[in-house]
Amino acid sequence: MEDIIEGTAYVLGDDVDTDQIIPAEHLVYSLSDPEERKNYGKYALSGVPVDGAGLPDGGKNFVNEGRFESDHKIIIGGKNFGCGSSREHAPACLKIAGIKAVVAESFARIFYRNSVDGGFFIPFETPAQMIKDIRTGDRLTIDVAKGELTQHSEGSSKTWPLKPLGEVSEIIKAGNIFEYARKAGLIPSAKSAG
Amino acid sequence: MGMTLTEKILADHSDQDTVVPGDNIWIDVDVLMTHDVCGPGTIGIFKEQFGAESKVWDKEKVVIIPDHYIFTSDTHANRNIDILRAFAKEQSLPYYYDVGTKDYKGVCHLALAQEGHNRPGEVLFGTDSHTCTSGAFGMFATGIGNTDAAFILGTGKLWVKVPESMRFEFTGEFPPYIMAKDIILQVIGDIGVAGATYRAMEWAGDAIMNFSMEERMTLCNMAIEAGGKNALIPADEKTEEYVKQRTDKPYKIHRADADAKYCFNKTYNASEMEPVVAKPHSPDNKAKVSEVAGTKIDRSYIGSCTGGKFTDFLAAAKLLKGKKVAVDTFIVPATTEVEKDLHEKKWEGETLIDIFKNAGATIGEPSCAACLGGPKDTFGRTHGTEVVISTTNRNFPGRMGSKQSEVYLASPYTAAASAITGKITDPREFIK
Ligand code: SF4
Repeated sequence: MEDIIEGTAYVLGDDVDTDQIIPAEHLVYSLSDPEERKNYGKYALSGVPVDGAGLPDGGKNFVNEGRFESDHKIIIGGKNFGCGSSREHAPACLKIAGIKAVVAESFARIFYRNSVDGGFFIPFETPAQMIKDIRTGDRLTIDVAKGELTQHSEGSSKTWPLKPLGEVSEIIKAGNIFEYARKAGLIPSAKSAG
Repeated sequence: MGMTLTEKILADHSDQDTVVPGDNIWIDVDVLMTHDVCGPGTIGIFKEQFGAESKVWDKEKVVIIPDHYIFTSDTHANRNIDILRAFAKEQSLPYYYDVGTKDYKGVCHLALAQEGHNRPGEVLFGTDSHTCTSGAFGMFATGIGNTDAAFILGTGKLWVKVPESMRFEFTGEFPPYIMAKDIILQVIGDIGVAGATYRAMEWAGDAIMNFSMEERMTLCNMAIEAGGKNALIPADEKTEEYVKQRTDKPYKIHRADADAKYCFNKTYNASEMEPVVAKPHSPDNKAKVSEVAGTKIDRSYIGSCTGGKFTDFLAAAKLLKGKKVAVDTFIVPATTEVEKDLHEKKWEGETLIDIFKNAGATIGEPSCAACLGGPKDTFGRTHGTEVVISTTNRNFPGRMGSKQSEVYLASPYTAAASAITGKITDPREFIK
């Protein structure tokens, strides 16, 4: 787990569902094949309607034409982020596109759980609404230990509190649910024990 | 303190006598279900984590049902089925329902029920968010991702956070033109798409218990559209009759305690319910059918795990018999068993399939088809600005294919009535 996450913001609205995050027609690629897997980065967030893509202005591609990774490292979302399907391709595609953290007012349950158990990125909840104040492209820093997000603007900066990660922080620290279970002695420690 | 039905089942599968909402517990899994979209990823993680030679924890408890991308020429989609087939063979899995063979079933949530994998009191996880459908059988059932599924494949266990429970009671009797779909759309409209996040939705009341098992499945199916973790209807004689016809495996019926604690309680008068739709682009964008009646549509779609069961087609057939459809109408049976019933069972002397064909509808093969868009050549998929009335469960932008199309979610009665007139139509115009 990184202590400090830095990068620019890509801002989305409320109820961003998994079909927007990764449209169903792309779910056919292998997640284990290193080359094929890149396609998930390419199509990440490609289902977001144009108006909502990169708030406040919209119309900003998350991943530019011909690329597999986004210029952005942090997604700022509103309420109920990741609602819809249980497809793990959704958090996976954001990781493949280079996302390190998603900060939202609230998450849909399965998406949140998949993000944590799969160790794709850290899902942070915020007590505050940020999608009106943070603009796509703003430079952000997340201090994971302190639970703070800082927005750096020309000459000034603003800091926002993040909700504590709570009981899932152990899994996040371990890396994913398997590493967590190995540490806790729930499954054998050597990967290739079988 | 008393426990809800969800708490009872979870406690029974943990090493604790009692659990309370918020507890993080490890539970034993009775069934793990996966399909062609998430199965290959799950298998990949399982092998990476437990080793290429590892065996699943219990082959009797793994069910693999390819259903999403079946009748397509997409090579990646077909490759994914090959991965499932090879895995089922290597692990000697008894419950793999292969495409292109007589074992093929179709949409996983209905196939689970029809093949006897839904049993009261059990814990079922599936790599599909609509796994909550199985809650109709008085069991704990919820959707998970590939990582969690791979963990279960190797260990037979998973951690869960015990959810709080919400209780929705419907007293009295539903009018004849009301279907379970109207009820779930009504409730989602009332509580919103995040109204049940991290919670269990428990259903109660005479009107609910009068529903058939199929209608109960419709009700539980869309708990996820309210953000719910699971849905639950207590098992009764109807449940037992359905289950006993399909499996000999033992099961256990749990009841909520009289002093169980619910974080939300709402009682509806069943007789006051009206046909409703969810307008584009959200399942909680509720309107009474009477409020949107007259909206022009280009297509009517009747299918999916929500609206592609026999009872859904029987409802549609009652309205379509002897009529012609005014717009493209797609009929997609969820499973091969439903397809067989369409060919064999009759309404007023005519088989359902003939009723649909004579009305001018197009019939697809059992699968998820256009419910989730899918590869470009998927049956019933939207490609432009179509306005669709659909018995499916999601109308997010692009869900049925095109981001520009507009989807209204409705009951099979409403979808059939609208197919006849070419505009959104209140089923009461046809059902007196
Ligand atoms: S029919 Fe639709 S909702 Fe049901 S499992 Fe298939 S894609 Fe999912």
